[in-house]
Amino acid sequence: MSDILTIAEHRQGELRDVSLELLTAGAELAEETGGDLHVAVISGDVDAYAEELDREGVDAIHTVAYGEEFNHDVYTQAVTQLVDSIGASYVLGANSVNGLDYLPAVATRLDVPLVTDVVGLETAGETLTATREMYGGKVETTVDVEETPAVVTIRGAEWPVAEGEGSAAVEAFEAEIDEDAIGSSVNGFEEVAGGDVDISEADLLVSVGRGIDEEENLELIEELAAALDATMSSSRPIVDAGWLPANRQVGQSGKVVTPDVYIAIGISGAVQHVAGMKGSDTIVAINTDPNAPIMDIADYAIHDDLFDVVPALIEQFS
Amino acid sequence: MKVLVPVKEVVTVDDAFEIDGTAIDERYLSADLNEWDDYAIEEAVQLQEDGVVDEVVTVTIGDEDTEQTIRQALAKGADRAIRVWDDALEEVDLLDVGAKVAILESVVEAEEPDLVLTGVQSGDDSFGATGVALAEAVGTQWAAVVNQLDLDNGADVASVHRELEGGMEELTDVDLPAVLSIQTGINEPRYASLRGIRMAQRKELDHQTLADLGVETEAVAGDLELTSMYEPESESDTTVFDGSADDTAGQLAELLREKGVAQ
Ligand SMILES: Cc1cc2nc3c(=O)[nH]c(=O)nc-3n(C[C@H](O)[C@H](O)[C@H](O)COP(=O)(O)OP(=O)(O)OC[C@H]3O[C@@H](n4cnc5c(N)ncnc54)[C@H](O)[C@@H]3O)c2cc1C
Repeated sequence: MSDILTIAEHRQGELRDVSLELLTAGAELAEETGGDLHVAVISGDVDAYAEELDREGVDAIHTVAYGEEFNHDVYTQAVTQLVDSIGASYVLGANSVNGLDYLPAVATRLDVPLVTDVVGLETAGETLTATREMYGGKVETTVDVEETPAVVTIRGAEWPVAEGEGSAAVEAFEAEIDEDAIGSSVNGFEEVAGGDVDISEADLLVSVGRGIDEEENLELIEELAAALDATMSSSRPIVDAGWLPANRQVGQSGKVVTPDVYIAIGISGAVQHVAGMKGSDTIVAINTDPNAPIMDIADYAIHDDLFDVVPALIEQFS
Repeated sequence: MKVLVPVKEVVTVDDAFEIDGTAIDERYLSADLNEWDDYAIEEAVQLQEDGVVDEVVTVTIGDEDTEQTIRQALAKGADRAIRVWDDALEEVDLLDVGAKVAILESVVEAEEPDLVLTGVQSGDDSFGATGVALAEAVGTQWAAVVNQLDLDNGADVASVHRELEGGMEELTDVDLPAVLSIQTGINEPRYASLRGIRMAQRKELDHQTLADLGVETEAVAGDLELTSMYEPESESDTTVFDGSADDTAGQLAELLREKGVAQ
């Protein structure tokens, strides 16, 4: 019997979706191992979060009331203590920016294995088999972990959110937080500039990625956007290079968009990009690589050179 | 102030490839400097140019072939490089976070840098965890996914922006020494100049074995075992437009008109 501990994530007073996805992943594992599903929520209004986290399959909720927002030192201390106290075999957290800011430290402090960005999980006996991607999503791999405890971070949106009301016991966990060991302080948050165009409002997005190669070539995409009367957006490398402003970036750290049609031109479809556009009604991919991960979610695809296809497409509308 | 930049040579895969057991057949692989590390090197070199940092040292876990990539970092301005390799590493299928940390930890202990700048993740195995795990192992502070770094001469605190999800940034002060994982876009990585490339040939590139570093062979065996590799099954039933560029563009134009998003 192996107990599972999932760690909820929240920001500025709201639980993040992945907290409820973690419950689904955790409940599936607990079912396989015959263990209990524990959930921990740390900092902020923990009692309100605990109420939301009380879903079907959850056996116990541990609240750690300390500070308001995420601080990795506090999380690292609280989680390592919780793992010991519960005797959890598997710790599941989010493969989010904050998850990656404390869970590797938890694994190191406990001297246990760490598997990140997992998209599938299974246990058989003492072995945990995790599915993860390599080479930018071109291949999938399975890795076995024979030891417990182990720390696992799961990719967002791979498991459904847990539904159904639960009847978990809610307990305050008195974590001993050593204030002298807190070496970082969060001073606030800042939203990245909005700007003139709101790509999340557009019906038709012509989105360009690193396949465009050079800044001068962006003119071609601008021409297409003009011909289609569409809005132009992009993947991250285009914004990183300073070719387009930050408000055009689609993705995890950019904007979430839901147009009627999203045309991904020279975009591979990395998970952080897909996070921002998978809700589009119709997805069209123009890419020379028929194995690019974008093809997994594209409704329509052209496996060809954008420098041949885009001029021909402009021609169709002029 | 001394900065250590772990630099990884990553594997890139051709558009078409074949899988051979738990690896991609070598014919379809090339090597490149990890994208995120390029930004970390640039950040370190800029700090040096600003007079905040005195020395930039890189460390790479890799065989002799990686020296080409290491020279790229040296050509961009790093002062010297350490390369760690050993027969024991040749055997490892998947160098996991714990194994990388075991090696890097001993390098940090020998070099005693004030700042370690890693990339957020590597483009091939994308664990995204080495920086934070390393910080914990060596007992320093850290910050993950840094897209702005403010550091004054002689300061004992670094002010950083951490890039969260959804266009939000966290403003954080981190005590030094620290490990920061650097996000793309934090700066504009330079191209290596011809002069830089020439100078890089004369810079020190020190090869170390596990024994030199006092790292046990077992420590790099890792906790994870790679058991299978396959091409992911496509979940969507994608309609592929075939034909010449004119043909496919015509079909796409028709679709866009049908959907009512273009005339
Ligand atoms: C914490 C974090 C947050 C991130 N946030 C975001 C985010 O918000 N948004 C985002 O986009 N990324 C984000 N990323 C980066 C992401 O991981 C990828 O690096 C990025 O999305 C890749 O962009 P791309 O598809 O344009 O480039 P690549 O992955 O380089 O893909 C280029 C594609 O173009 C194709 N191509 C090349 N030439 C041609 C041609 N002539 N014709 C047709 N096709 C061609 C190639 O086959 C390839 O598929 C984030 C990463 C991290 C670690």
